[in-house]
Order: sequence, then C-alpha cells, then structure tokens
Amino acid sequence: MNTQLLLIQVFNGLVNGAFYALLSLGLAVIFGMLRIVNFMHGALYMLGAFAAFALGQLLGLGFWPSLILAPLLVGLLGVVLERGLLSRLYGLEPSYNLLLTFGLTLLTQDLVKQVMLSRFAVSSAPYSPPELLSGVVNLGFVVFPKYRLFVIALSLVVCLLTWFVIEKTRVGAIIRASTENPVVTRAFGINVSLWVTGVFAVGAALAGLAGVLAAPIYSVEPYMGAELIITTFAVVVIGGMGSILGSVVTGFAVGVLAAVGAAVYPPIANTLVFILMALVLLVRPSGLFGLPEGAR
Amino acid sequence: MSAVSKVGATRDPARVTRAAWLIGLGVLLLALPHLIYPVLALDILAWGLFAVAFDLLFGFSGLLSFGHAAFWGTSAYLTAFLLGHGQSVPVAIAGGTLGALALAVPVAFLSVRSSGIYFSMITLAFAQMVSFLALQWTDLTGGENGLQGFARPSLLGLDFSDAQLRYYVCLVLFALGFGVAYRAVRSPFGQAQQAVRDSEQRAQSVGYNPARFKFTAFLLSAGLAGLAGAMYTFGHGVVSLEVVNWRTSGEVVMMTLLGGTTTLFGPVIGAGLVLLLRDVLTTANLPVGIVTGVVFVLVVLFFRRGVVGTLQHWRRRR
Repeated sequence: MNTQLLLIQVFNGLVNGAFYALLSLGLAVIFGMLRIVNFMHGALYMLGAFAAFALGQLLGLGFWPSLILAPLLVGLLGVVLERGLLSRLYGLEPSYNLLLTFGLTLLTQDLVKQVMLSRFAVSSAPYSPPELLSGVVNLGFVVFPKYRLFVIALSLVVCLLTWFVIEKTRVGAIIRASTENPVVTRAFGINVSLWVTGVFAVGAALAGLAGVLAAPIYSVEPYMGAELIITTFAVVVIGGMGSILGSVVTGFAVGVLAAVGAAVYPPIANTLVFILMALVLLVRPSGLFGLPEGAR
Repeated sequence: MSAVSKVGATRDPARVTRAAWLIGLGVLLLALPHLIYPVLALDILAWGLFAVAFDLLFGFSGLLSFGHAAFWGTSAYLTAFLLGHGQSVPVAIAGGTLGALALAVPVAFLSVRSSGIYFSMITLAFAQMVSFLALQWTDLTGGENGLQGFARPSLLGLDFSDAQLRYYVCLVLFALGFGVAYRAVRSPFGQAQQAVRDSEQRAQSVGYNPARFKFTAFLLSAGLAGLAGAMYTFGHGVVSLEVVNWRTSGEVVMMTLLGGTTTLFGPVIGAGLVLLLRDVLTTANLPVGIVTGVVFVLVVLFFRRGVVGTLQHWRRRR
C-alpha cells in the first residue's frame, strides 16, 4: 500500500478515534465516579447532533452557537435523568442502571424518529460544517478536510482538560472523594449528591458535544448512536473500565488501528475492535489501564 | 411435566404451587394456537424458551448476559442454512442448537472470568462480533436480505407447512427445553449455582469451584437459547439480521424482568405479554420502540419482581 493512502487512513482513523475517545471518556467519568453503566450514552450523542439540527431549523442558529448550546441542553437532560430516574436505583445492583438506560435508549431513539418525521419531515438530515472550516488544507504530505482536523484537535483538548481537572485540581479531588467515600466527604460539609449530579451532567454534555461534532461528518439520524455505543463499550473494556487515561488513549488507538486494518482487509473494519477486546481480555481481564479490582 | 404425578404423594405447599403453575402453563400452551393466530403462538414458545434460557444465567447465576442474541441468532441462521441445503427438520434443529453450544464454549471461557457489569459488556461485545460476521458472511446468512424460502421437508407423513402442526412440534421441543431448565434448577447443580450467585466466597469455602459452575451454567443457557433460535427459524421460515442485533439481546432481558426473574414460569409469561403487546401495537400502528421503552423503564423502576415474582411475594406475605 502506498504511503499517501496509509496516511489518509491514519487521519481518518484519528477522526473516528476522536469520537471514540470523547464518548468513552464520558462513559468512563460516569462509570468511574458513579458506578453507572450508561447505555444511554449513544442516545445522548445522537441528541447532541439532533439538538444542533433542531436549533438550526427552529432558531436559525449556526454551528458555533450550537456547539455550546447543544451540549448544555444535553447536560441539562442529564441532570433530569440522574435526579429523576437513576438516583432511584442507587444501592441496587449496577445491572439495573444498565437496564434502565437501555429502555431509555429505545424510547429516545424512536421519539426522535417521530419528531424528525412529523415536525421536520425528514428521517435523516445532512448538517453543513461552518464556513470557516469548510474546504481542505494541504499539510504538505497529505491533503485533508479542515473540519476533520478541527474535530481531532478539539477532541484532544477536551480530553486533556477533563483528565487535568479530575486528576490534578481541587475540584477533581472533591469529586473523587464524594464518590469514593460519600459519608466522610459529607461530614466535611460537601454536598455529595450535588457533585454526583454534576458529574453525570458533565459526562452527558461530553456525549452531546461529540454529537454536534459528528453531525457535519455523519449527518443527523435517530439511530446514529446505536452501533457507536457498542464500539465505545468495547473501547472502555479494552482501556479498563473507569480509567480516564485508558479510555482516551484506547479511543484514538482503536480508531487508527481499525482504519489501517480496513485498508489492508476491508471486512475487518467493524470487527477489529471486538477481536482486540477478546485478545486483551485473554491477557489482562481488567483492561490495559484498569486496576485488577476493575474486573469485579 | 412428570413432576405432576409426584405431587400427590407429598403435601409440601411449595410443590403443590409449582404443580399448579405447571398444569396451568401446560393447559394454556396447549390451547394457545386456538386463542391467537398460530405464528404468534409459535413466537411466544420460541421467545419464552429463550427467556427461560437467559434467566438460567441471570436469575440463577447472577450473570447479566447482554449478548444472548449471539446464541439465538447463530442457531437461527444455522438451522435455516441446513434446511436450505436439504437437511431434514430434526437434523437442522439439532445442528442449530449444537452450533450455538459450540460458539458458547470460547465465549463462556473468556467471559465468566469476570462478573457484574464487566461480564455484561464482554458478552455484548462478543454478540456484536457475531452480528458483524452475519452481516458480512453473505454466503451463509444472506447479509442484509436474510434467508427465506427454505424448505421444511415433511417427515413421517407430517406436512410442516401447517402452522398449527409446527406449533405442536415446537411445544414438544419447548417442553423438552423447559424440562431441562426445570431439572437443572432443582438439582444439586442448580442449588450450588445459586449458592455461588449469593456468595462466591462462601460457595468456594465449602468446596465448590465458582468458575466451573458459571461455565456450565453458561453452556446450558446458551444451548437452550440455541434450541429456541432453531424453533424460531422452523416456525417462521425467515431469518434476518435482527436475530443477532443487540436489541434482541435487550428484548429477552425485558421479557424476563417483566415476567419475573428466578421464577422459570415468569420468563415465559413475560415473553407472551411483550409479544402480545407488540402485536397490538403494530396493528394499531403505534410506535413500538416508544411503548416498549416506557414499559422497560417502568418495570426496572417500579416492578422489579415482575408478574410472577409479585404474585409469589403477595402469597408469602399473606
């Protein structure tokens, strides 16, 4: 295979990887902190894209305002979900969280489908990237769409920022304390349930952000999160559940490996991540970056 | 249904209740194709056994498999493939079931080493691998088009194009599968399995090997899911990619929860309720996903015991 083609594949892989990383980061934050396996993450991603589309149709908002507003709306929905529904299941087996969010996923997908059909008369809608980012850029060794480079860069920045906040700041320390030992943290005068809600909202907003970013590449469609969420689960298992660094690194790595693998042998593109997962599990049941207790 | 005759000898109320359930379910299933149209009745049998198989793992071993569609679907495809290549009905059904069992060996080996949510995600990922294979291996599965129009060669003068006859053939298979599950749960193996579920450490300290029990339970569950998948193909005469979709894995969870986990009868009743509901919804032209999603959420939030579980709970409290 020639180098040019390989490089393009690597870049395309990084774009996919940017979405895997953003989504699995949100899942890892929510799982690591709250022990909630949020099956709805893919639906929240779709809602981010749908919100951007709807804001454009109803209010005439363009890409940039939507890039801020849509994740905020999805984050707000996250607050409602956590306070109204998920908090009722704390103390039960984590399986019930998975089941509840699975039901919500079915509900959300078909609800959005109905709204898109009845209100906007489309079943899937293209979404254009902003003026500033349309066209291609010549990197010297390869020509690549500007918008896709922007996606890679923004995803990297957001991932690093999230990692930094959680691992290195006082806010992160409070969050970790609230989730590791809520009783003692409460004794220090910290409102634990408020922080828990906040963490869930941020995780949801990350999914919403990924959705807005995806809209110009994959177009807006009610089931756009359905297959992606399963791949994201596999990424999280490979990286080690709850590991923030693991989910980001694995997200990008899986994107690139799958794209390069697809160039060599096309049918493998979608299966590679699951083959990788099986191999990693054979050697390290708790994932690449997971602590052994993560397997419990 | 041999348990019925034994009951008269003892006066254990639990056994009497179980016998009543068995007789009730048996009568209901015998009459079913006369109450609703036979293909829907067939669906209830196949999904009912699928849900029982799932519950063997979830309810009785505490392992939430989110990838049981892999076994159901593999068997459904294999059965269709064998029928399409001129094999007789018993060979096709046995072949499908064994295929599911063969797939379960490596999957079980890799997944039972973990537990809880980790187990769910691993089983889900394996099922997704099967689903991609089904999409791409078009020679075997027909890809997007699925498989249809395969023969169901008649046997011993029985003409399988009659849906009622197919139903009663499936009822025999269902009784066989349900009987295996019923025996397994009440056997020393089943008791040990539940001990492992309740406290792995305690079970280990009295000399049981938890990993071995989980492995065996997984194989049993996958094999029965395979038998159910073969029944589905035999009943419908059509197989599509839907049988390996993750939504299928979720649906069997919903049926089991709605009916009541760890009850064996519950999953069958749950399957019946979900399928009847869906049938009403499609004829009324209501959005299926929205309604099933709402039912799912309500069951998880407020009705975790399920129909049969709630009945049992009431009886015990009185």
